[in-house]
Amino acid sequence: MPILSARDQAAVRKEFERIGGPVKLVVFSQSLEAAELCQQNEQLVREVAELSDQITVEVLNLAIDHERAEAYGVDQVPAIVVEGSRDYGIRFYGVPLGYEFSNLIDSIIVASTGEPALSEDTLASLRALAADVDIKVFSTPT
Amino acid sequence: MRLAQHMSVASDRVRSTVIEATEFPELSRAYRVMGVPKVVINDRVQFEGAVPEPDFLGAVLQAVETS
Repeated sequence: MPILSARDQAAVRKEFERIGGPVKLVVFSQSLEAAELCQQNEQLVREVAELSDQITVEVLNLAIDHERAEAYGVDQVPAIVVEGSRDYGIRFYGVPLGYEFSNLIDSIIVASTGEPALSEDTLASLRALAADVDIKVFSTPT
Repeated sequence: MRLAQHMSVASDRVRSTVIEATEFPELSRAYRVMGVPKVVINDRVQFEGAVPEPDFLGAVLQAVETS
């Protein structure tokens, strides 16, 4: 049974009119850990990818593909890496449903264009950063 | 909390991870997540709830200053 309703699909298709280039969604799963959630996550990502020919999906296994996981800095499953023309450092841990679903869609679009919707002041400050910044956003589906 | 992802695109220095709190109870406990959204920057600066862009940026800059 599909996760996305026909209405969801139509809404996402509309959003995806703003996609500006190719996006790769790298999914990390692991059958021994959170198997059901990983399966749900993979299904969700595939359903999203079907809504735009600009989106490709690669499914990796956290245990088997550990070198790729390390390179992406992913140590939890289920996980999604949202890559545009390069890896911008956008990660999702857990199945992004509910509010986080719209966040995933927005992340795909901003990764596709490489053009963040931020003020000039913010962009200037971020360009001047002298150290790495790790932002964790804890959220729930509702 | 879309600002985090947009900041990641804006700067190679910024990495953002959205964590579904109920699916990762250990991480949520470790970071004392009581309400969502909760934002933790460089494991040093944290706040709860949605904030305007200048405040979010302020927290990022504060985290870098103290790191």
